[in-house]
Amino acid sequence: MTAASVMTPLAARVARVDKETHDTFTLAMESGNGVDLPRFRPGQFSMLYLFGAGELPISISGDPEKPGELVYTVRSVGQVTYALVTRKPGDSVGVRGPFGTQWPLASARGRDILIVAGGIGLAPLRPAIYHILRQRGDYGRLVLLYGARGPRDLLYKKELSAWSYLPDTQVLTTVDYGGVNWRGHVGVVTTLFRFIRLQPGQTTAFICGPELMMRYVVRELETRGMPAGHIHLSMERNMKCAVGFCGHCQMGPHFICKDGPIFPYPEMRPWLDRYEL
Amino acid sequence: MTAKAAMRKQFTLNPAALEQLFSVLESHDFQIVGPTIRNGTIQYDYIKGCKELPSGWTSEQERASCRLKRRKDDALFGYVPGADSLKRFLHPPELRLFRAERENGVFRILDNPAPAPKLAFVGVRSCELRALSILDRVLAEDRYPDAAYVAARRRIFIVAVNCTEPAPTCFCTSMGGGPEAGGGFDLLLTEIVSDNQHVFVAEAGTSEGSGVLAVLNPGEVTKEIMAALHEAMDRSKAAFKREVATEGLRELLYESFDHPQWDRVAAQCFLCANCTMVCPTCFCVTVEDSTDVPVRRAERWRKWDSCFTQNFSYIHGGSVRLSPKSRYRQWLTHKMAAWVDQFGTFGCVGCGRCITWCPAGIDVTEQIAALRGTAAPAASDGAG
Ligand SMILES: Cc1cc2nc3c(=O)[nH]c(=O)nc-3n(C[C@H](O)[C@H](O)[C@H](O)COP(=O)(O)OP(=O)(O)OC[C@H]3O[C@@H](n4cnc5c(N)ncnc54)[C@H](O)[C@@H]3O)c2cc1C
Ligand code: SF4
Ligand code: SF4
Repeated sequence: MTAASVMTPLAARVARVDKETHDTFTLAMESGNGVDLPRFRPGQFSMLYLFGAGELPISISGDPEKPGELVYTVRSVGQVTYALVTRKPGDSVGVRGPFGTQWPLASARGRDILIVAGGIGLAPLRPAIYHILRQRGDYGRLVLLYGARGPRDLLYKKELSAWSYLPDTQVLTTVDYGGVNWRGHVGVVTTLFRFIRLQPGQTTAFICGPELMMRYVVRELETRGMPAGHIHLSMERNMKCAVGFCGHCQMGPHFICKDGPIFPYPEMRPWLDRYEL
Repeated sequence: MTAKAAMRKQFTLNPAALEQLFSVLESHDFQIVGPTIRNGTIQYDYIKGCKELPSGWTSEQERASCRLKRRKDDALFGYVPGADSLKRFLHPPELRLFRAERENGVFRILDNPAPAPKLAFVGVRSCELRALSILDRVLAEDRYPDAAYVAARRRIFIVAVNCTEPAPTCFCTSMGGGPEAGGGFDLLLTEIVSDNQHVFVAEAGTSEGSGVLAVLNPGEVTKEIMAALHEAMDRSKAAFKREVATEGLRELLYESFDHPQWDRVAAQCFLCANCTMVCPTCFCVTVEDSTDVPVRRAERWRKWDSCFTQNFSYIHGGSVRLSPKSRYRQWLTHKMAAWVDQFGTFGCVGCGRCITWCPAGIDVTEQIAALRGTAAPAASDGAG
């Protein structure tokens, strides 16, 4: 990326919009003008620009081995995310990036993988899951613990079900409020820990979700004897540039945009419990 | 004086040669920015010649106070800088990032920022040169360079001036600097003004500076002028009123997260963000989008922002830093601690602007002393 282009988006074309839940949609972008869209690594994000409305950090949720398209899963929570999920195929969306660090898939080779996701936090983890499933022999057991507010908020339902039938793979979901027809687990995501076999010395954990949830998950993992260095978190802060000069995403000494969003837990530990840091 | 400075050849220039300096710079297509009187204060602005410099004026600064005052002499640089620094010109308060045009849902990005003008800064102080080198680390030398800053920065010429009369708000000597410019200039002047003489001792810091200096027909420095120069600088160094103990400062800030002093300062702070606007190293920005009414054209602007605002840390669900104390704490902790981790230097050069321009009279040196528990407020004779 040249210096001149770092703040200038590339106008990409919306190829598909798929409804995931009542408020969350997955958008696939393709090149808008023949210029190839950039490749990305699992865990990275883009800045998506909506004409005249604003720009947002959104994680890339698609398959890293599928060049030519960038996929995003967006929960409509406000003005700009609403504008994003209501795009139609053929519309332009500006893309900058990819930015940020990746899930440490290379150093996790040969180890069990524990993925813990809360809500929309599953989106940046999906590329890592795709990678692990494609290179299945490189990794040990894959366990996915996923919590959502209610059954209607669960993302990627078909894929979750398909993954759960794969060998050496365990997928557990839970919801905060079940309702009458829900037969699965109810409770926060940490309540799923009692259903899994964890080999703490041999596992690498990838966590993404609300900060409070991540704190509880980390505490749980540490209680179970998991070394802090094998725990990785994806953090979220306000971002206006994604390249370290708007100043908004700072958390202690870290710029979440360029030093993260994915951090080894030991780098975050001193800052996580500081209220209003 | 540093060894390097001692080796640079010094010359003299008279006030008329300074006038000529302006023409030489203009003939090299520089737009000149220098201190001048605007809105009842001394500010940087575009100026045409020496006559626009605040000859015979000084500005008295103390906490929450800045007053123009007549001097007894005709000194051109007898004051410390005003609210603005080079930041206003190289990292401007508002910058258009691009325009875009849309038809049937498809848009095109129309332009990138216009080419940077050639700027020559006159009267730049040591603290400002150090602030510039800090901005360089943030905006030019980090992983992603800021294109607009780099383009503007590359084309500047700096005529620096040594400070012979620091203000009571200055504490650059604590922050690794001092009233003498150590480097980062093309030309450096020291103004010597007394009843019987008015000269500038000049030295070049770059080959461009040497080139310009040569055209001005500089004179030789006499023993008397040399003695006057040393005396002026010694007097200057002895005139500092405020200080900050910087040893272990980074650790102090990180460890003071729960210190009650944050509540005390928050009770005074108006959250006006003045301190961040005037600080020569505060670089934070936000972006704003706008469209015309049919939503066919859009623009994206970058604007200065401040960690003192509530929106600064907004993420869906609420701001991370809601309380005033968390925002003052973020500012000071970034300056004096996080900056060191991020860019290998404090984010403060001790220019004192945030002390002068804080309407609440909050003094950063006192805040640090209070955190240390050594707070006998040093230079707090209060605003007039
Ligand atoms: C690294 C990263 C990855 C993300 N990935 C995803 C994702 O894959 N899917 C998804 O749905 N959401 C993701 N988010 C969150 C998403 O950016 C916010 O939900 C979105 O900015 C809300 O904007 P809004 O205008 O719709 O909402 P509002 O709440 O109305 O926000 C107003 C404005 O505040 C700013 N803002 C609000 N929340 C955030 C935030 N969390 N981060 C940065 N700026 C914010 C934006 O400028 C926004 O336009 C991610 C955030 C980060 C930092
Ligand atoms: S923090 Fe205050 S004294 Fe330090 S550089 Fe900024 S304005 Fe100057
Ligand atoms: S410290 Fe002073 S200048 Fe800074 S925001 Fe508070 S009142 Fe304003």
